[in-house]
Amino acid sequence: MADKNVDNAFVEFDRVQKSYDGETLVVKDLNLTLPRGEFLTMLGPSGSGKTTCLMMLAGFETATYGDIRLGGVSINNIPPHKRGIGMVFQNYALFPHMTVAENLSFPLEVRKMGKSEREQKVKRALDMVQMGAFGGRRPAQLSGGQQQRIALARALVFEAELVLMDEPLGALDKQLREHMQFEIKRIADDLGITVVYVTHDQTEALTMSDRVAVFNDGRIQQLAPPDKLYEEPENSFVAQFIGENNTLEGVVQEINGNRATVQLDGGEVIDAKPVNVSKPGERTRVSIRPERVEYNKDRLQEGVHTLKAEVLEFIYMGDIFRTRLKVAGNDEFIIKTRNAPDQVRLQPGTQIEIGWLPEDCHALDA
Amino acid sequence: MTDATQEQTGPMVAADGTPLKKSLARSLRNQKMRALALIAPLLIFVLLTFLAPIFDMLFRSVENQMVSDTLPETVAALDSWDASGTEEPGEDVFRALYFDLFLAAEAKEHTKLGTRLNYEQVGISSLFRTSGRSLDDVGEVWQDWLEDDVDEIWGEGSFWYDMMSGEPADEAVLDDARDRMATLTGDSMRGDIGFAPGEAISALLPRTAREYAAFAVFTAIEDEDVVAEEDPWEAVYAAFAYDLSQPGTADAIGSYTGTGADQLQAVVAQLDTMPPVDFKAAFAAIDQDWMSVENWAAIKVYSSRYTSGYFLNAVDMQLGPDGPEARPENQQIYMMLFRRTLVMSLVITFSCIALGYPVAWLLANLPARRANLLMILVLLPFWTSLLVRTSAWKVMLQQQGVINDVLVWLGIVADDARLVMINNQFGTIVAMTHILLPFMILPLYSVMQTIPPSYLRAAKSLGANNWTAFWRVYFPQSVPGIGAGSILVFILAIGYYITPELVGGTTGTFISNRIAYHISSSLNWGLAAALGTILLLVVLLLYWVYDRIVGIDNVKLGG
Ligand SMILES: Nc1ncnc2c1ncn2[C@@H]1O[C@H](COP(=O)(O)OP(=O)(O)O)[C@@H](O)[C@H]1O
Ligand SMILES: [Mg+2]
Repeated sequence: MADKNVDNAFVEFDRVQKSYDGETLVVKDLNLTLPRGEFLTMLGPSGSGKTTCLMMLAGFETATYGDIRLGGVSINNIPPHKRGIGMVFQNYALFPHMTVAENLSFPLEVRKMGKSEREQKVKRALDMVQMGAFGGRRPAQLSGGQQQRIALARALVFEAELVLMDEPLGALDKQLREHMQFEIKRIADDLGITVVYVTHDQTEALTMSDRVAVFNDGRIQQLAPPDKLYEEPENSFVAQFIGENNTLEGVVQEINGNRATVQLDGGEVIDAKPVNVSKPGERTRVSIRPERVEYNKDRLQEGVHTLKAEVLEFIYMGDIFRTRLKVAGNDEFIIKTRNAPDQVRLQPGTQIEIGWLPEDCHALDA
Repeated sequence: MTDATQEQTGPMVAADGTPLKKSLARSLRNQKMRALALIAPLLIFVLLTFLAPIFDMLFRSVENQMVSDTLPETVAALDSWDASGTEEPGEDVFRALYFDLFLAAEAKEHTKLGTRLNYEQVGISSLFRTSGRSLDDVGEVWQDWLEDDVDEIWGEGSFWYDMMSGEPADEAVLDDARDRMATLTGDSMRGDIGFAPGEAISALLPRTAREYAAFAVFTAIEDEDVVAEEDPWEAVYAAFAYDLSQPGTADAIGSYTGTGADQLQAVVAQLDTMPPVDFKAAFAAIDQDWMSVENWAAIKVYSSRYTSGYFLNAVDMQLGPDGPEARPENQQIYMMLFRRTLVMSLVITFSCIALGYPVAWLLANLPARRANLLMILVLLPFWTSLLVRTSAWKVMLQQQGVINDVLVWLGIVADDARLVMINNQFGTIVAMTHILLPFMILPLYSVMQTIPPSYLRAAKSLGANNWTAFWRVYFPQSVPGIGAGSILVFILAIGYYITPELVGGTTGTFISNRIAYHISSSLNWGLAAALGTILLLVVLLLYWVYDRIVGIDNVKLGG
């Protein structure tokens, strides 16, 4: 895979390791290649090493081992201010003693740009984030969303080709966050810049990214486009972390090409797609998305295994219904159904039968 | 929104019908009163112990009642004298001076006045002291004449008492005497005197009655003696002689019938043998300095109840007959001291910034454990006595001290050319910088602590090198800390006393040392108060300038 991208590799992490204390590795063997213009998101729980990776790329931390290359050149020994990488910080880090325009003009001044050119670029950048009228204000006089826009404009104003963003929307409320996700994505696409974006919010990752790198425990667990990540998780961590997910535990009985038979711990047998299991007798954790579970007998495919289930709770959520079931000893089994006119509302206490397409049920590592 | 407020006509009304504004004001007032009651003890304490002394000091710097309190009649008589001329004052002034000074000498107040006037005119102090002793001799001339040449009875206290008493009494004379004594001594002069001046005799011999009443008040209340048994003051004889010398007195005595009328007529009969009444000549005989126009000009200039004299003195000027004028070169000292205090305080403040800034930066950026250790080192000076720290600098800096020894040992300095680093400005600056350093570091630290490291990172990611990032981004945000530290250090330095006193020698002392000298040694409290007031004003002025330039709300003592 590295070989395939070698021509247009823009950012490369090559066997990068990082330790702060000399005892534990915070980043373990990171290999990552970004082509120019890609929007890559690092997604993972807190403490999984995302910020550390970003800081190594920006030059504020040094890699303990390995090589980081930018445009084919190793940047390990280049100080941060010479890397020309734009960065948006979580708390925006807008200089409080400067006006918005001065903030934006700062990277241009240190590049010894002439005054008229500076003003022109600052204006263009402000217009780009629709903040043209706010040049004279201080950061403290702006709302969180406006500060966010300015921070973005400042990272872009000196025309960096690579922009890093570390949880830039973490401090915004939900609605604004969704709006800004769209905005950032649009601007990034318009300018054709390469973005490495860090977040712990999976929705954000899925909606914005070309590819998502799921981090856990200092490793990339899966690197894939959002749809693939959601529909074809490679291991149970990714399956758990991305979206809602039901898991059942059992032992692989038989693998037959694209079809595996799994005996659950309660004795029931189901069909699944073998993803992360190789041979019969292996323990496995199968994962099914709540919206892929079917309980309407008419819609169940012929010949697939079904499971008995008891309805525990029915929650009306407007656009969807969310029903909690007890399935094979797991009483946190969730199914989601669309609120359609013909949809049955399951009453608690009812006994039903559920099933799914074998392709939707992934047998992953235990 | 605006439409709604425009529609709202008439005042808003609270639930009970009272206007909303009124009931809000009432509830706020209650809250305020309760809060005030809570802080009342502290407020009273602060008012009594902090503000009251300051106002007392401000008052003392202009207060000048001593001259007019001690020499009231003289001051009044001097009114018509031209101080810028070359002519000394006339007989009326010397006469007033005689009676004022006699009373002051009896009450032992004349030396205080001499000391006060000596601040303005060197030499007056001794003039007053010696004159006080000789005043008796002036009156004795007439006493001797009366006793020896006229009648021995004039030497008897009881005769005088009987003659001066009488019915109906002239209470006004007595009250006047009480007021005079009260103003002079500051004591209350109420109480029984056992003497009532007769209206008839006080009309006949007004000056004598006046002085006798003063004598009676003083004898009865200050000395607690019986007036009738005491011989009158020489001033009473002098007053008697003056009254006799007035035209018309002799005729009036002829028709007088009260007690002592016979003796008075006997005196009138021998009037042509009476020694002449000439107070001016008498003072000239006591001390030729009384004929000096400068001395009289000083008395006149400083006779108003409030004076700018102390303040003028504090800026090396003095009140001349024609208004403020510069003091002679050799007496100019305070402006130089003020300048030195300001300049050295500035140097100390800048040294503190230069030394404190990196330390504060380290404190704010080191890992917690090491930062704590460093903090202890910073605070250590607070836990040692100021005297110990200052003395330590003596040990370090003196010519046989540690630093000189090391320099000589290293061969940098020759043994016979050891550096003079103490008892001069250098010593004061070094020791005070050390002592005031924590006051710079702590505010700086607490401000720096609130500057997130992400600002520096942001600056670098935007292309700024280390220096630019520091100078353009970090430093401006630490300015409030510098401001707070500078104000603290500068204001502490400008009024510092102990350290300059100990290590300043003669060239490294501050204005505060001079103030202390005037408070405890020269006892010129008025000048000390004026110097202190100027110091206070300078600080307030600088504070104001600082507020205009930096903005006082930009000063942060903590996060
Ligand atoms: N400056 C540092 N010194 C020591 N340990 C650090 C430092 N920064 C991060 N770590 C540790 O490294 C791990 C990864 O941190 P980080 O990269 O910030 O994770 P994330 O951004 O994914 O939440 C965490 O366990 C954190 O405690
Ligand atoms: Mg992070």
